[in-house]
Amino acid sequence: MRKFRIMSALCALTSAGVFAAHVQAQEVDHAKADAEFAKFRAEMEDSNPAELFELKGEELWKAKRGPNNVSLAESCDLGLGVGKLDGAYVLMPRYFKDADAVMDAERRVVWCMTEKQGFKFDDIAKKPFASGNYTPEITSLVTYVAGHSRNKQFAVNLKDPKVREIYETGKEIANYRAGPYDFSCNTCHGSDGKRIRMQNLPNIGSKEGATKSVMGWPGYRMTGGVMLTHQWRMNDCFRQQRFPEPKYASDTITALLTYMTANANGVMYKGPGIKR
Amino acid sequence: MADPMKIRAQLKGDEAVIRVLMSHPMETGQRKDGDGKTIPAHFIQSITVAVNGKTVVSGQTGGSVSRNPVFGFKLKGAKAGDKVAVSWIDNKGDKRTDETTVA
Repeated sequence: MRKFRIMSALCALTSAGVFAAHVQAQEVDHAKADAEFAKFRAEMEDSNPAELFELKGEELWKAKRGPNNVSLAESCDLGLGVGKLDGAYVLMPRYFKDADAVMDAERRVVWCMTEKQGFKFDDIAKKPFASGNYTPEITSLVTYVAGHSRNKQFAVNLKDPKVREIYETGKEIANYRAGPYDFSCNTCHGSDGKRIRMQNLPNIGSKEGATKSVMGWPGYRMTGGVMLTHQWRMNDCFRQQRFPEPKYASDTITALLTYMTANANGVMYKGPGIKR
Repeated sequence: MADPMKIRAQLKGDEAVIRVLMSHPMETGQRKDGDGKTIPAHFIQSITVAVNGKTVVSGQTGGSVSRNPVFGFKLKGAKAGDKVAVSWIDNKGDKRTDETTVA
């Protein structure tokens, strides 16, 4: 009996030792895996499939479409003048007088499609995000618009009181706890050094964290090979928190995007990215 | 009709680095959809790269290649202004050719 006890104690000891070693090895591997993926991303920056969607977006931007038979190139003002694309993405979300609203890039393009081209919002909102082999036109368009702000600095104009108001709203939404899990964005993304399993979680309230969360959107996701926009990511956050999913192109999403993008002001945008 | 490819051909020394992005679903034929029905195979079967009309690469590909694949080649003895034409044919007979010049 006594012998047995000693034996089991020994067993427990060794297995604890083995466990500790195992955990350590795993942590090292995480760092390695992160570095490997960073290498892969750098390599892929030159040949990111996102560019295929930019090409498609360019076609859509220039084509006369919709019930009004006009192109976005000749009708859509992204804040720098009709049809002007260079550097427009990094200045959004911004206030648009014609719509009397603060809009992010995706919302603005949707607005142009409905107001200028005459598309019905409900048709666009029916299936606004990519899945499987399906990529909505709006996704390609946003990717095209974003591609024209490569290597430009994020500069959301917080001096504009309307933008400031939306920014503060976004900050509040990020802090708002609700749902069956009593979760908020900030539960995971409100302080430094948090992590879920092997995924490091950026603190969207800090410049560094906000940069991580706005960089690389719109992004081509290797899993499934689909092109997804920042709006999609926001909706997915709500899903993950078990919130009801927001309506497509809603004020809530613009507010969150304003909060995050403005926190990353001054950082160089690298263009549509590639995601795991 | 198939979507356009994106081709880059950059001169580095006497080598041209050619990178091709293709837009294609690349279905293996092994996957099933939500109703349990097999998704028919749809993938690029052959790829050719021609420089100034002369074929320099010809290859067979199959369903194990990812969706929207990227291919890279290094071409020796390339000069600026060389015309690089890439074409593919898939198992449904659909095809696409795009061209660029070495710069």
